[in-house]
Amino acid sequence: MKELVIISGKGGTGKTSLSGAFAALAENHVICDADVDAADLHLLLKPTIRQRVDFLGGGQAIVRKEACSGCGRCLELCQFDAISDTFDVDPISCEGCGVCYSLCPEKAIDFPAQKCGEWFSSDTRFGPMVHARLGIAEENSGKLVSLIRREARKLAEHNRREMIITDGPPGIGCPVIASISGATAVVIIVEPSVSGLHDMLRVAELITHFTIPGLVCINKWDLNPDVTATIEKESQARGLRVVGSIPFDPIVTRAMVAGRTMVEHDEKSSFVKNIKEIWQTIMASDALMNRPENVILPVLNR
Amino acid sequence: MIISVASGKGGTGKTTVSTNLAASLDMPLKLLDCDVEEPNAHLFLKPDLSEPEPVFTFVPQIDKERCSGCGACVDICRFNALTLIAGKVLIFPELCHSCKGCLEVCPEQAVAEGHRQLGTTAAGRRGTIIFRHGCLRVGEAMSPPLINLLRKGVEPDELVIIDAPPGTSCPAIASMKNSDFVLLVTEPTPFGLHDLKLAHEAVKLLGIPCGLVINRADIGDGEVKRYAHDESLPILLEIPFARRIAEIYSRGQMLVDEDPQWRQVFITLFSDITEMVSAPKVSQ
Repeated sequence: MKELVIISGKGGTGKTSLSGAFAALAENHVICDADVDAADLHLLLKPTIRQRVDFLGGGQAIVRKEACSGCGRCLELCQFDAISDTFDVDPISCEGCGVCYSLCPEKAIDFPAQKCGEWFSSDTRFGPMVHARLGIAEENSGKLVSLIRREARKLAEHNRREMIITDGPPGIGCPVIASISGATAVVIIVEPSVSGLHDMLRVAELITHFTIPGLVCINKWDLNPDVTATIEKESQARGLRVVGSIPFDPIVTRAMVAGRTMVEHDEKSSFVKNIKEIWQTIMASDALMNRPENVILPVLNR
Repeated sequence: MIISVASGKGGTGKTTVSTNLAASLDMPLKLLDCDVEEPNAHLFLKPDLSEPEPVFTFVPQIDKERCSGCGACVDICRFNALTLIAGKVLIFPELCHSCKGCLEVCPEQAVAEGHRQLGTTAAGRRGTIIFRHGCLRVGEAMSPPLINLLRKGVEPDELVIIDAPPGTSCPAIASMKNSDFVLLVTEPTPFGLHDLKLAHEAVKLLGIPCGLVINRADIGDGEVKRYAHDESLPILLEIPFARRIAEIYSRGQMLVDEDPQWRQVFITLFSDITEMVSAPKVSQ
C-alpha cells in the first residue's frame, strides 16, 4: 500500500486543485481529504456519502453549580484560564485535560465527551473517498486526521486498492504531522514567492524530521522565474526532486467554478498534458515506488 | 482596539492585508504575526528583528528515586503522555498538553517541572509599528500555547493588528479570540466561499463584529458577494486580480510601498473598521 500526501506549508498554493487532478488521473486508489479544518476537495469530487460517523473528541468540563461549594480549587488547577470566578467553563478555552474534574473535592464537575465533528465514507467518480468535517472552533484535528487516514487505509485494503491520495492541510503543526506520519511520500506544492519559498523550507525540514521522502511541484512558476530558480536549487540541495512546474492559468479557477478537476476541464490542452506528465513523473519516482512498504500507523496526536 | 485578519482558506491574502494596513497607518500600533506555523509578515514588513528567543512549555520530569510506580500520573493524563511499563513511568513529552495534573497528583513528589521548546519569538520595529512574531519549532505539534504567549501583554487602549493562521480550529481561534473586529479575507471562488462560511461561523460563535475583504475580486464567480449580501456581511475592500500585484507580492514587497495610492485605500479600510467598532451595538 502506497500513500501519497499533498502538502504545502503555505496555504492556497494549489494543494486541493492538484489533489483533485491526481485523484482523476490515478488508478485503483482511495482518496482521503485530511484538511479536516477547511476541507474543499469534495467541491471538485462531489462525493455521494455512504456512511456518516460522529467524531467524539475529548471531554469538556461542566461545573454543576448545585453541587459546587465555591472552594476555587478548579480555578487554581486550571492551566488554561478556562474557568471564571463564577465557575462557568469557557468551552473554547477548555483544553479537555479533566484535571478539575478528577480533583474537585465535591465531585461537582462533569466531563462528558463532546462531538467534535463527523467523518464520511463516500463514493466519487474516481473511486472511494474518506473525508471529514471538524466542528467550528473544535480541537482534536490531529486525532481526526489520524482516524480518517486509518479508515482510508482500511477501505483501500478491503477494496484491494493499491494507493491512497491524501490532500493535506496547510502549516506544519498537529494536523500536518498527523497527515504525513507513516506516509510513503509527500508532494510539496509551492508557489514562487518569498513567502512560498520560506514556508516550503519549513515543511521540507518537517518531512526530514519525520524521514519521509519528498517531491516538489512548483505552481504558477511564471509569476516569478527568479524565485522558481531558487526553489529548484533549494530542492536539489535537500534531495527533493522537482517533478514539474505549472504555469499560471485561469483554467484552474474556471474548473473549480464548474465543479470539476482541472484535467477534466480542458482535456486536450497543453496545460492538462503537463499535469499528466507531472503525475507520471510522481508515479515513477523513487520516493514513491522504491520505498519499502510502510507499516507505521499514524501517530495519535492533537 | 484589536483587529484580527483571518480566513478559513489559506493563501487568500491575510498577510497582504495585515501588513499593508499596518504600514498605511501613521500611528503607534502593534502587528502580531500569530501564524506561528508559517510566519510570513516579517518577509514583507522587514522590521529590524531581534534575535529569536526560545519559548518553553511545561512537561513532566520523573525523579526515578522517588517514583513508587503507583501510576497516579498515568491515570490523570488524558493525552497519553505518560505510561507505566514494568513499574516505571515513561514520558512522551511531545504529547503533553502542560495541564500539570501529574504534578498535582503524585503522592511521592516525584514529578518535577521539565520543559519542551515550543518555538521562538522575535520582535522588531518598522517606523511606528512594533512587530512581534512566533515561530513554531519544526516537529512541534501544538501552536496555541505559542499564540497565547504572543497575545499576552496587549494593553486595552493599544491598536493591535493580528495576522491569524488559516482554518477555524484551535490555532485560528486562539489568534482571534477577544478581538474587537475580525477582517475576513477571501477570494471569490468555490473554495474561497466554502471556507469563508466556516470562518464566518467561527467569528459569529466568538461574537465579534466582522467585515470582508475580497482579494483577486475579479476571478471566480459572484457567489461570495451573494453570500455577503445574504448574511449582511459588509464588503469593506475589493482588491482586483492583477499580475502586477501578484508579482509585487512574490518579490516580498508591499503594495503601499510600490504604489502609494494603496495607502489611502487601507486608511479608508481602517476608518470603516473604527466606525463599525465604535457604533452602538444593535440589540439582537
